[in-house]
Amino acid sequence: MRILVCVKRVPAPGSRINVTPDSLNVDTNHLGFTTSPHEECAVEEAAQIVEQHGGGVTVLTVGPSEAEEQLRYAASVGATAFVLVSNDTGIDWDPQQTADAIIESIAELEADQGQFDLILFGNESADSGGHQVGIRVAVALGRPAVNGIKGIEVGVQGVTARREVDGGYEVYSLEIPAVLGVKEGINLPRYPTMKGRLASKKAEISARETQVAPGAQQRRRLHQPEETVIETEILGTSSDAAPKIVDLLEELGVL
Amino acid sequence: MAGVYVVVEHDQGQLAPSAGEALTAARRLSDHLNEPVIAVVIGEATTEFVSLCEEHGIPKAVSVLDPQIVDYGPELWGQAMAELFSLTEARVVMATGTDRGNEILAQASARAQIPFVANCINAEFSGAWELTRMQWGGSLLEDVTLDTSSLFISYAHHSVEAEPLAAASATQIESIEMNLDPVLCRSLVQDRVTLSEGTTLSTAAVVVSGGRGVGSAEGFASLEALAGLLSGKVGCSRAVTNNGWRSHADQVGQTGTRIAPDIYIACGISGAIQHWVGAMASKNILAINTDPEANMVTKAGYAVIADLHEVVPAIIAEIERRRGNSTST
Amino acid sequence: MSEFPSRARCVVIGAGIVGNCLVGHLSDMGWEDIVLLDKGPLPNPGGSTGHASNFIFPCDHSKEIVDLTLESQRQYEKLGLQNTCGGIEVARSEERMEEFKRRMTSAKCWGIPSTLLSPAEVKDLVPFISEDVILGGFYTPSVSAVDSLETGTQMRKKAQEAGHLEVFANTEVIDIETAHGTNKPKITAVLTDKGRIECETVVIACGVWSPRLAEMAGATIPLTPAVHQMADVGPFDVLVETQQELAYPIVRDMDTFCYERQTAGSMEVGSYAHRPILHRVDEIPSNEEAALSPTEMPFTADDFDQQMEEAIELMEFLGDGEIKYAINGLLSLTPDANPVLGPTVEVENLWSAAAVWIKEGPGVGRLVAEWMTDGYPHFTDPHGADIARFYPHQRNVHHIEARCDEHFNKTYGIVHPREQWASRRDVTVGPVKSRTDALDAFYFEAGGWERPHWYESNQDLVDAYGIQGRQHEWDSRWWSPISDAEHLHLRDHVGIVDLSAFQIFEVSGPGVLPYIEHMVVNKCDVAVGGSIYTPVLNPSGGFRSDLTILRLTESRFRIITGAFDGGRDEYWFRHNLPGDGSVQFENRTNAICTLGLWGPKAVEVLATITETDLNQAAFPYGSCQQVLLAGLPTEMFRVSYVGDSGFEIYAAMQHGQALWDAIMEVGGACDLRPVGAAVYGTSGRLEKGYRLMGAELENEYNPVEAGLARPKVKAADFIGKAEYLKARDSDLCAQLCVLSIDDLNCEAGYLRFPMGAGNEPVLSLSGERLVDAKGRVSRVTTAGNAPSVGKYLLMAYLPIEACDRGTKLQVMYQNELYPVTVEATGANLAVFDPDNGRMKA
Repeated sequence: MRILVCVKRVPAPGSRINVTPDSLNVDTNHLGFTTSPHEECAVEEAAQIVEQHGGGVTVLTVGPSEAEEQLRYAASVGATAFVLVSNDTGIDWDPQQTADAIIESIAELEADQGQFDLILFGNESADSGGHQVGIRVAVALGRPAVNGIKGIEVGVQGVTARREVDGGYEVYSLEIPAVLGVKEGINLPRYPTMKGRLASKKAEISARETQVAPGAQQRRRLHQPEETVIETEILGTSSDAAPKIVDLLEELGVL
Repeated sequence: MAGVYVVVEHDQGQLAPSAGEALTAARRLSDHLNEPVIAVVIGEATTEFVSLCEEHGIPKAVSVLDPQIVDYGPELWGQAMAELFSLTEARVVMATGTDRGNEILAQASARAQIPFVANCINAEFSGAWELTRMQWGGSLLEDVTLDTSSLFISYAHHSVEAEPLAAASATQIESIEMNLDPVLCRSLVQDRVTLSEGTTLSTAAVVVSGGRGVGSAEGFASLEALAGLLSGKVGCSRAVTNNGWRSHADQVGQTGTRIAPDIYIACGISGAIQHWVGAMASKNILAINTDPEANMVTKAGYAVIADLHEVVPAIIAEIERRRGNSTST
Repeated sequence: MSEFPSRARCVVIGAGIVGNCLVGHLSDMGWEDIVLLDKGPLPNPGGSTGHASNFIFPCDHSKEIVDLTLESQRQYEKLGLQNTCGGIEVARSEERMEEFKRRMTSAKCWGIPSTLLSPAEVKDLVPFISEDVILGGFYTPSVSAVDSLETGTQMRKKAQEAGHLEVFANTEVIDIETAHGTNKPKITAVLTDKGRIECETVVIACGVWSPRLAEMAGATIPLTPAVHQMADVGPFDVLVETQQELAYPIVRDMDTFCYERQTAGSMEVGSYAHRPILHRVDEIPSNEEAALSPTEMPFTADDFDQQMEEAIELMEFLGDGEIKYAINGLLSLTPDANPVLGPTVEVENLWSAAAVWIKEGPGVGRLVAEWMTDGYPHFTDPHGADIARFYPHQRNVHHIEARCDEHFNKTYGIVHPREQWASRRDVTVGPVKSRTDALDAFYFEAGGWERPHWYESNQDLVDAYGIQGRQHEWDSRWWSPISDAEHLHLRDHVGIVDLSAFQIFEVSGPGVLPYIEHMVVNKCDVAVGGSIYTPVLNPSGGFRSDLTILRLTESRFRIITGAFDGGRDEYWFRHNLPGDGSVQFENRTNAICTLGLWGPKAVEVLATITETDLNQAAFPYGSCQQVLLAGLPTEMFRVSYVGDSGFEIYAAMQHGQALWDAIMEVGGACDLRPVGAAVYGTSGRLEKGYRLMGAELENEYNPVEAGLARPKVKAADFIGKAEYLKARDSDLCAQLCVLSIDDLNCEAGYLRFPMGAGNEPVLSLSGERLVDAKGRVSRVTTAGNAPSVGKYLLMAYLPIEACDRGTKLQVMYQNELYPVTVEATGANLAVFDPDNGRMKA
């Protein structure tokens, strides 16, 4: 299997996310960066598939040059080839622009090295959560795409993908090449080993420049949602609070 | 170009819980734009669908028909909506931002080559689109503008409460026959597997959830017992999943399940952002935590500042005591 | 939850290991109205304690640090929160193996059982180590790992249960309020987001946040947050199957500055090898903003790669372990790597208890509690950790960052006792710097000042006196044979010493006499022009300082103290000023420079540029006169720390260079040479048996034991008098002695030269430590060559039964034993010219 995984570098915030003074970005001053969680699982899934069925995992990201860190991380957990499509504008491209950049890169990568059997995306990015880049890429490539995937089995003809729904899952059988949007929970991603980390330093990253057309969607401002100030009613400070709690449950009609 | 077309989500004819939300949001947008609202069902218009439309005073609905639409398929449904869009010259195509709603709109917008803005909580047009949408699962908001006239929009799930009208009015149903590209049937649902009957985490009226404070997989036994007594479900935080104490299917949060129960009982959960955004739509929250300043406690309407390992068994005992009393009297 | 208080006697800010232990000890010592605040949640408020590796290697070269560490281990053990797993430092270089010999010496001195191991012996204890990359190990069975969070919790709870303490977590301090005090601002209240607490005393135990808190009160706590990287790697079968938290000794890979510590199935790999990564306090995120805790900052993997490679070299299996958790953990660094403890110099009743490792936390808790309760700690003398040790130019971020940047990678380094700083040099220079530069002075830093230690221009004297070099590089590091040559030249002719670094204070006013009598042991009511050399005591009767006082006028005294002691002495003298304004204190250090001229020709040289009669009769030893020297107004003080006749000459700073030039010009006829501080501070002083603050003199010893008790005690009361009187009446159990080494030959057959760095034990002939009746260990406090008597001399306190002249003992240096003989004890320790005939000539 030749698998392409598209990942995004995102900040790893605490319980409060601050924005920059110009309100256009997350203030990442003391934040680390990580691979968006769904995509981290996509990389792991790809690595597992390749371990079982052979092939290679190419990881592609669109972002600032620092996103090299996420590619090296992918290298440390089993990915084999790396593409950084640089966007050094300081602000994310909109979903269509991002998709365009990926589509162009895939065209060139496939022209060089042949088709990817599987292209994995995260269901949505942890930060902007546009819910569409993978699908736009799939539509442009004319390939089937299903999102919300929490299980992939590679068969002779294609892949069987499980999509999580309330109370169970749906099953899709897709011929390859196909595009899947993966969700966290599909696996428990491995951590890099020290050897993996050290080897990842030698990974060759192919850097790509691309021109994208102006985007339709313009970011004006990031802001905190208005916090509804809640007066917390303390029902007690020990197990003596149990009667009060049960009163509350009765009152809400859930008992 | 006219009309606000809203996708009413269903699975094999059964309306999604979010359907009323979608119609409510669509009505508001149609009022704002002063354009008619048209409800869209992909497949047959069931009586359930029609009565929901009537409850919401939707004058007109469209049933998109194609013999190939035997079940859900993101590509087929997306293509149907894209074709409907060009056929009707719709101004707006919208849906609730569920997994399926976002997927249909992403497919449709890509095919129609129109921008799609997911998980909005507000949309206005005055010469250009001005939208407010969720980032980071809702812990940060983004104001965006778009210079286009037509737009695909999803409204964040649970951001709008369904508000049927006081008096229902008749809905006229129009069927539109399509001749969709058969190749798109390649991504239809092939099979369904049910893991749990009845209530699920996302539909449960009561969710009893545990965090790092539970301490172990075994520690969830009392939470299971309490959830059982309340006919609820057990949830957990990401720390719990990462520690392998429970399966990811139980995880409440940005990358897990988003819930909106009548009461969320959060035991030993600090309330990290990624968890909070999955739980914030809960109608009531009871936090049980030893730390009075834990994020979960300060955001909860009710709190008990004590060790969950003592409080949860006490609640169970109290419920059993009352039930014992009520059966004996 | 209790009501937020509006008043307390003492507010301790910071519930890490230090704050928690401090409130526990304060409660034990009778403090009843304490409030402990932290802006984070409990039990882990998010400071450095929460992510510490929690292990303790007790052996260090510094007595103060070892005392704090051993005391901490005792407390952890008492609470049952210590896991004694043993620890091995491993060497990859010959230099490190040499260092292990020094560590063995320290271990012997402090009574910490330790052994040197061969690589195979290391492997016996740590079977997964790659023994071929190491040369050997230094094994300490008492190395332990502790539960610092639980220790803090228990210490805090103990005080709460006693009813002495209220604790408020998630409470952020917004301001520390002060009002005019006696001589400086004093604490009045702490303002928090929960309310305002009026209080008398505030302790800042906030680790990396301490500078911000101090600033709120207008004080400084000189430390910087710095990154220590660590990663948790695993799981490994070899560790998992032990089913223990710590089944193997903790390994410190000293030459790569890394450690490997088992934590159940995983290994924690930590490093002090990465580039120094210093942060400003404002860069630390809040609890809400941080992804983990505020002091667990995002891991910068690039900085750790080399450490990983080296860790894999040492333990190959580590390479296959998953990196489950990795942080840039923040800890506190100070300019000299010691803690910052005690009362702040700027604000009355504001205390610092910061820059403390887990290994010292409980000990520091006790120490600061003793300090707050009794005026000075008992169980060890913290002069090296006293926050007052820093001068103003050393308290700002430029100095702090420069020095921390320099010493971070020495955390596991081999630091020579005489090692000099490279950064922030030439910041404080005296008036003759251009002249000493021209003479190729080699400078040591003394309290920030550039002070010539020897002069390369005197190289010719080395041949003239036939001074030998030292064979072992360690002995010759930061040392020159020129010093011995300068010494002999001074004794034969005359030498000039740049003493610009002297710390000079003047106190004056109507209340000055009772004030100064109160401060010091010896009688100060001497004639104008008279001088007093005197101990300064703590309330406990131990040494706080020793210094010289000149009576300039009826109501003005000049206090002269050493470059290393000025900060602490200034604090003490200011702190004790009367509140009625009857005494003024001025620090004149920057206004007055000092030159010293000694040797048989000193008077002859100076006589050529003054009309004042300098003969002993007209200008006796110990007196001070105003003298016009080469037309420059000076005060000359006939005194000697080196044993030869001569003067300390004080002049206005702006005349210093002219004065130097004038003396040098006329000195040529007598072969006047510049002489460095190595002669002034060590060889000259040692031949005369003069004591040095911080070496022989510290709080644990009193003037009687140091041989500095005068026959009579003055009538006036003074600080420490009661204890001093008690000491005079008690049987002596130890006394300061001078010893000479009988044979300097090491086992390899060449000469070695002990450093006198404080860690070399004096042993009985059977190799046992000498411990006096008060439990104090005999160790070398000063060591050096005595060229004029042809001996290598040591100073040490010995148990009274070993003090007799001629007693044969041994001293350990670099893990080898050298035979020594007691040369002198009591008041007069001079080996050279014991009758002081030369000084009074």
